[in-house]
This record gives sequence, structure tokens and C-alpha cells, in this order.
Amino acid sequence: MTDRIADAFARAKSEERTLFVAYLCAGDPDAETSFAACRTLIDNGIGLLELGVPFSDPLADGKTNQHAAERALASGMNQQKVFELVRRVREISELPIVFYTYYNLVYAYGEKEYLKLAKEAGVDGMLVLDLPPEEAQTWLAACAEAEMKTVFIAAPTTPPERLAIISAATTGFIYYVSQLGVTGVRDSLAGDMADKVSEIRQHTDLPVVVGFGISRPEHVAEVGKVADGAVVGSALVNCLAENADNPEAAIKALDATSRELVAGC
Amino acid sequence: MSQQADPSPIDKSALPDARGHFGQFGGMYVPETLMTALYELEHAYREASNDPGFRMELDSFLNEYVGRPTELTFAERLTEHCGGAKIYLKREDSLHTGAHKINNCMGQVLLARRMGKKRIIAETGAGQHGVATAAVCARFGLECVIYMGAEDMRRQALNVFRMRLMGAEVRSVESGQKTLKDAVNEAMRDWVANVRETHYILGSALGSHPYPMMVRDFHKVIGEEVRRQILEMEGRLPDELIACVGGGSNCIGLFYDFLEETNVRLVGVEAGGHGIEPGKHAARFEGGKVGVLQGCKTYILQDPDGQIELTHSVSAGLDYAAIGPEHAYYHDLGRISYGYATDKEVIDAFQLLCRLEGIIPALESTHAIAYALKRAPQMSSDEILVVNLSGRGDKDVQEVMRVMGVE
Repeated sequence: MTDRIADAFARAKSEERTLFVAYLCAGDPDAETSFAACRTLIDNGIGLLELGVPFSDPLADGKTNQHAAERALASGMNQQKVFELVRRVREISELPIVFYTYYNLVYAYGEKEYLKLAKEAGVDGMLVLDLPPEEAQTWLAACAEAEMKTVFIAAPTTPPERLAIISAATTGFIYYVSQLGVTGVRDSLAGDMADKVSEIRQHTDLPVVVGFGISRPEHVAEVGKVADGAVVGSALVNCLAENADNPEAAIKALDATSRELVAGC
Repeated sequence: MSQQADPSPIDKSALPDARGHFGQFGGMYVPETLMTALYELEHAYREASNDPGFRMELDSFLNEYVGRPTELTFAERLTEHCGGAKIYLKREDSLHTGAHKINNCMGQVLLARRMGKKRIIAETGAGQHGVATAAVCARFGLECVIYMGAEDMRRQALNVFRMRLMGAEVRSVESGQKTLKDAVNEAMRDWVANVRETHYILGSALGSHPYPMMVRDFHKVIGEEVRRQILEMEGRLPDELIACVGGGSNCIGLFYDFLEETNVRLVGVEAGGHGIEPGKHAARFEGGKVGVLQGCKTYILQDPDGQIELTHSVSAGLDYAAIGPEHAYYHDLGRISYGYATDKEVIDAFQLLCRLEGIIPALESTHAIAYALKRAPQMSSDEILVVNLSGRGDKDVQEVMRVMGVE
């Protein structure tokens, strides 16, 4: 079984690049435009596609992603259609795909069934935002059985003893949120990022990516100095939000922004 | 009476477990950014609970500021009207700021002070929790931000003004259905961003551990008083207790002291809204299923895909898609029964209590009254029914006028 996630990080490392992790909400603003958006990002050289599964109550997300989820759900997006979107992306690309989701969406199907559907569609990893390792015993076992990689978040407030717990639960990569707060675009990146990333590395050999607040090519470059990957979300989602009524303009804006940001790798 | 000698099959003190679980329910289902704050809060709470000084300080404020103990009132004319069990009302409506909510706010604000937090945030539905939070923040000079759904702000305009009078900043929540659930999302987002200096006073027995345990503990005084009062007045325990359930704080507060008394029936009353159809009610045990929302595993109104369903109730405080995890546990165990009252039954019961007892009840609490109106006639005249009148209805008068079509 190929490990798309590990391979992508290994390749980026050997080429001395930062892996560009691109976040979009699946189905934003509708299934068709969302597929075009994924294709655009893939064409522009992103390294990993993180797909947000739209949820009615995304409490870990800021306004940008909340509105993206609202647009997706309003257009009739549901979980089956999210799986369908993944299948279509798989037809055109072997990039690793990670779900960024909420536990109720998983629980509604049952962990095993959900993982089976996701795996068949072509998903490589799972980040469940409101499922800390403490509540994830059955989930971790189910992921191991389904050969699905796990992704967990580490925060600036996470103490060393929790970094150990988080590292032990992770099989894909660790996602360090560079600033406290929910997702969204910010002007500057937190200063203690380098220290925290090296602290995380004391607990794991897995890749570490940094996200939350990266909106400019120089941010990507700055993150690249200390981390294996940089996550860009809101800056991309905004391209779709600002052109919600005009899919063509939305894709054009996304094309320009993603080109500019990927250049920061 | 050999039955009384048997040990109770219920061991309420064993719950929740160390990680906040009530059987399969409860737990800590939150983003990583909140985990450390929740552990700190749990630690601070356990330490405070074991500190006699904290308990004394809280008791003193509950007496002098909050207005405890509250009366247990025999509802003579309501009892005559129903023609069955003797009905007593636990008068949480007589507390400062108008509802039971302030029991928990006082406890949590003292805890926040111990933890050195300077800023308080809270969500509110009907506005009662927001008003109580604003009051205790004013009393202790803490910065206070209240999140409230835009729809609830319309329904509860008076409470919005009350909070502002007491110096709180009320932030309108425009996302989702613009009610309580959306206000909780916003408050949690604020907490994620400002966790180091901010304490979040969650207003119901809901959310992540340690909130369901802590909020319950701050309200269990309701049931402890009822036990003492009814023993004085009737010389025995009641046969049945009834309380409304939104998140479930007033309900678990009344029931907790009686959980092990299996001869006492316990009934929680949910919001039946326009009737039990998707999107038209907030009765989680009538059509909800187990899931995870806003920090805990519990019964939730949701569609088959896992999206949270819209809810409706005439009372903003019960208009919520999930129920406290301890309720989910005792529901499955069969220890607490749950029923519901519809908007129409509530509006009728509201007027009846006003006319018969000269008491204007909160629409939330009126759900319990409406249920008692059906229940009391089925019981005999030597049986005793205690209803938790968890809040007063001044805040609801305008909404009732609107619903009744009074100009």
C-alpha cells in the first residue's frame, strides 16, 4: 500500500521544498466549482489537499470557513457528495488528500463505515477537529485497521505531556496552529513558532506542518524554515467567497493567489 | 418497608468518571486549543470544591446576594384546579436576576477570581444566564462579554437592555439559526482565541467536561433545599419531581439529591414546540440520536448525515439541539423519565398559573407546569408533586402578548 502522505513529505524534503498544504471546503460554493478549484490548486503545484467537510456547527472555524461551509451546505452538499468529489479528484491526481472534519459527521456513519467510504473514495488521512486523543481510542484502532493516517493538532497552549500523547496518536503528520484562535487570515505570524515546532520534534519523527493565519508567500517561506509544510486555508477560501456568484472569476482568483503562494515554497 | 433498607441501585457520586464520562455520554470533544484550559479549569474546580473556605464564601454570597434559600410554595388553587396530587412550587423565580441561573454564575465567577481571570464570556438563549453573568461580573468588577443569537435578542429585548445596564457587552450572533446553539459556537470561538485571560461561564449542564459536573454541583442546592423543606412541611419525601430541560441545569439541580431515592419519580420536560416533526421542536429524546455537539456526546437532533437539525420552541432557553450528557445517561438507565409540552400547552399553562397563583412563570419553567397540569390529576390527593419554577416570566410578557395576538 502506497503512503501518499509520507511520500509527499519525503519528496518535498529531498527537493528541499516546503510542502504546500492547501485547504478548501468541499463543495464550496457548489460541487462543480469545488472540483474546478481542486484541479486548479493541483495544477499549480500544491503538495497536499486538505478538504474541509462542511458541518452545520463548525466551532473550531472562523468566519471564512464557517461561511464556506454554509455555502456548500446551501448548495446541497452532503457527505456522499464529498466522497464523490474525492473520487473525481482521485481520477486526475495522486496527491495526498486529508479530511478536516467534525466528529459528529463521522459518528453519524459509525467510525468503521465512515473510514471504509473515505478510503474507497481515496482519502489518505483524517483530522477530526473536536476529537482529542483522549476520546479517540476506538477511532485510532479503526484508522489503523483501515490504513487511514491520523492527523492531530498541537496548539501554543499544548504542554509537553500532551505533545507526547498527541504524537503517540498521530500516524500522518502533526498540525501546529501557529496562533491561538480559530482559522482566519492574519497579518503576522506568532514569534514563538520556531521554538514550539522544535519542541514538537522532540516527541515525534513525523512531519510537522504549521497553519492558521498564513496568507502571504513570505509567510510560507518563513514557516518553511522550521516546518515541513505550510497550511494555507482562508487566503484560498476567500478567493471563492469574494466571487461566490461568478465561478469563473472565483477560479481565476484562486489560480492567481495559489500560484503566488506556492512560489513561497 | 424492607425496600427502604436496600442500598440504592444508583451511585450518583461515581459520575462522571475522571475524564467526564457519564457512561458512554459526556467527555471532552473540543479542539486541541481548549484542552489545556479545560484541564486547568477542572483542576481549579476540584481544588476549590475541597477548600472549605471556597464553600463558605460561595454560601455567603448565595445568601446575601443571590437570595438563597428560595421558598417551597404550596400551590393551593392550582392543586384544587387539577384535583389530584398536592403541587408544590420551588421558587427559583424569586432569586436575584429572576432565575436559577445565578447559582451557577456565582459559583463560576468565584472560581474565575481564584484562577486570576480578568475577563468573562458567556452565551445566552433566553437571556437569563446572560443577565445573571452580567450581574456577578458587575458585582466583582470583571469585564463581561455575552454572546446572544440575533433571533433571541429580538425575542428577549428586555434582557439585552438589562445586561447592557450592568455593563456587559452583548454581541449579536448572526450565524446559523441565530439562537442558543450559535451563541455557544461563538462563545467557544472567543474562548479559543482568548483562553489565557478569559473564563467562559457556560450556562447549562452541557458542553465539555468539567462543565456538566460543575454546573450540576452549583445547582444541586435546589434539590437539597427541597428535601429539607418538604420534610418540614409534609414529613416525607415527594412522590414526583418535575422540571423543564433545555441543557438541563435546573432539572439536574433539582433531581440530583433524589437520584438515589428510587421511590421518587423524576420527570424532565422538553420543548415540544409546534409538535414532534423535524425542525419544529427541541425534544431530544423524541427523535434525537446519539452524537457529539459542542464538547460532549449526548442525544442530539440531527439529520441522518450528521448535520444538526433546526429547532423550535416558544421559549428561547429550551431551543437547543442537544441535552446535557448526565440526562442522556439517566434517560438510558431509566432513572429519569422525559416528556414534552407543546408551545400551545405552554401558553395555556402560563395564563393559568398567572390567574390561579398570581405567579408569572418563565416560558421555560412553564413547560414543567404544563406537564404537571396533565400529571397531577392522574395522582391521588395524598401524593406530592414538586415542580421547579426555575425562572420568572417578566422577560416573556412581550413575547406572550405577541403569540396571543394582543396588540
